[in-house]
Amino acid sequence: MPDTAMVLPAGSAVASPVRGNRLRRAAESIAIPVGALIVAMILFGVFMASIGKNPLEVYALIYKGGFSSGFAWQNTLQRAAPLILTALCVALPAQAGLVIIGGEGALVLGGLAAAVVGHAAAGAAPLATQIAMALIAMTVGAIWIGFAGALRHYRGVNETISSLLLTYIAIALFNHFVEGPLRDPASLNKPSTEPIGEAVMVGHLPGMDVHWGLAYGLVFCAVCYVLVRYTVFGFALRIVGGNVRAARLAGLRVGWLVLMSCALGGAAAGLAGMVEVAAVHGSANASLIAGYGYAGILVSFIARHNPIAVIPVAMLVGGIGASNGLLQRRLDLPDATVLVLQGIAFMVILAAETLYGRYRIFQPREK
Amino acid sequence: MSSRQPKTSRRDLLKALAAAGVGTALGPGLIGRAFPAEVVVGVIYVGPKDDYGYNQAQAQAAAQIKKMPGVKVVEEEKVPETVDVQKTMASMIEQDGAVLLFPTSFGYFDPHMIKMAEKYPKVRFAHCGGLWKEGLPKNAGSYFGYIDECQYLNGIAAGHTTKSKKLGFIAAKPIPQVLRNINAFTLGAKSVKPDVTTTVIFTGDWAMPVKEAESANSLIDQGVDVMTMHVDSPKVVVETCERRGIYVCGYHANQAALAPRAYLTGAEWNWITPYTEHVKAVMEGRPMNNFLRGGLKEGYVKPSPYGKAVSEGARKNADAVKAKMVKGEFVIFKGPLKDNTGKTVIASGAQEIQTDVALEQMNYLIEGVVGKV
Repeated sequence: MPDTAMVLPAGSAVASPVRGNRLRRAAESIAIPVGALIVAMILFGVFMASIGKNPLEVYALIYKGGFSSGFAWQNTLQRAAPLILTALCVALPAQAGLVIIGGEGALVLGGLAAAVVGHAAAGAAPLATQIAMALIAMTVGAIWIGFAGALRHYRGVNETISSLLLTYIAIALFNHFVEGPLRDPASLNKPSTEPIGEAVMVGHLPGMDVHWGLAYGLVFCAVCYVLVRYTVFGFALRIVGGNVRAARLAGLRVGWLVLMSCALGGAAAGLAGMVEVAAVHGSANASLIAGYGYAGILVSFIARHNPIAVIPVAMLVGGIGASNGLLQRRLDLPDATVLVLQGIAFMVILAAETLYGRYRIFQPREK
Repeated sequence: MSSRQPKTSRRDLLKALAAAGVGTALGPGLIGRAFPAEVVVGVIYVGPKDDYGYNQAQAQAAAQIKKMPGVKVVEEEKVPETVDVQKTMASMIEQDGAVLLFPTSFGYFDPHMIKMAEKYPKVRFAHCGGLWKEGLPKNAGSYFGYIDECQYLNGIAAGHTTKSKKLGFIAAKPIPQVLRNINAFTLGAKSVKPDVTTTVIFTGDWAMPVKEAESANSLIDQGVDVMTMHVDSPKVVVETCERRGIYVCGYHANQAALAPRAYLTGAEWNWITPYTEHVKAVMEGRPMNNFLRGGLKEGYVKPSPYGKAVSEGARKNADAVKAKMVKGEFVIFKGPLKDNTGKTVIASGAQEIQTDVALEQMNYLIEGVVGKV
């Protein structure tokens, strides 16, 4: 959960203990997940040894595949890019205390809308088209997740269930349009919408083999972090997430805050869909339904819904994905191996949540 | 970030292509030298390698070429049709030194494989099912088989076996490749009993085990007593048929082990044929064959051995048709042929042989099929 236990020491006019306390808190939020990760690696190592593989060799390959060279890093970053945006779809509503797991739906519908606009605007200036595609994708994603937020606020429907069910509806709608009214007749065995055209495609970051989706994700994260941490809006959001009754009592517009957090999250997932269309596929087709929305849920939970922490966690997951291939190719391990690693890592990290506030060394000192 | 990362501009690409052209002109000796002693082949699957279906059929061929001297095979399974597969291809090339790749899922072709083929002009890319045409990179190509021939044979076995005259077909999506199989299966069955019907259920996607089991049960409840399918993993459908006491024809790979009683025969890929051709071309330094297609005659597909439930008459009938197909004398789609709305789709006297492009664009279900595209 977001850092709601932000206890300011009494009489914090004295500068130095406050700074010391901040450092302690920062150290705690780094030491606990890193410690958990080490425990997870030991557990996974035991598992590997039990099936007759050398754990050190496995870790050497994970390092080589995901983080050892420029090539490996670009592989990792490329895989992380979509996860950053879909993780925000979970992290932002979480500030207001909502558990939204429907990013996949916002992604596919955002991608579909972007593909339609991109094709319709054929001939216009590429940059203008790209901006229009991004805006429409974010709008569609915002409306989709905003709908789950509205159901929650006005009708008391559990937003976790409704956002998941909305994803099924989104994918059904997506398939209906891609295989029906919006299908490019030339796409015979792989039904797709009409291509947006090479000119409109978003290219790679300069000097890298990673598309612009990564930059969009980083900027989105930074903006969200500032929004949540340093604005009145973000403060109000966190109060709603901490205690809705207290927020109401304080006169906050709870409904508006809930809707806005959902809409912002949905916009991030919608933008991820636009990136998939504009940077990878060139049209909307079933390849968009790749599970990025669901992977984002894991990323956000591990990052404790902190928009900045989403970035390194997405890179970790992307890196494990990049190493997955090398493990399969070199050690003949099945694909499920990294799922075991991810599963162990996530369980241990989530279990380690309970350790926050338990170690005196990280606790604020009052003097 | 990295200096080792090749940055291929269009100009570099043209240069490389020109160089490749010169290399080819200079003869195989020079090209042959360009490759290391060991040929590394990468195979990429969209699902698990042991799915009793589409991916297993590819993995079986990969396992066979692994045994060829001087060949090393690296494999990666469950790779989605996103930028992930581009990175997987690049990793196989950069980290493992692969010189020939088999990206086996349909969705890998465009844009992923095309992009990588442009980026790595010295590596060969052989794709399953795509439609390679002039203008696409010369180091890319596609292979595929006329599996409707085996589905026709499935239909003959089903036609002989059915008592209710109701057949079932569980299909993923109403796309040309799938429609062609449904129609071929029905034509085969109608050649035995002209009044049989095939009821089709489209599940909407390639791997939906729960929906496939539900569809199979629903068809059986409607009186269907022989079934076949076109989904990535026929496992649950085959198992459901075995359990519910009806008969089944397999697809992609041999599923007889899953249904010793119910399995009649099956339409199997025999991918070792195109795999061997591509690997040998690399080893001998021959230019790549960009477009490989074939049926029973060419050894791209094969029927599963008959199960116990297939009658003597059915075996004789199917074997006779198979012999004609092997000789290239049998045409599945010929007029007069009507679709199930009563419209004539192939006029009397006309016929569409396997290479006919009209078959690649099929958008109808023939008379006798219950279902809607």
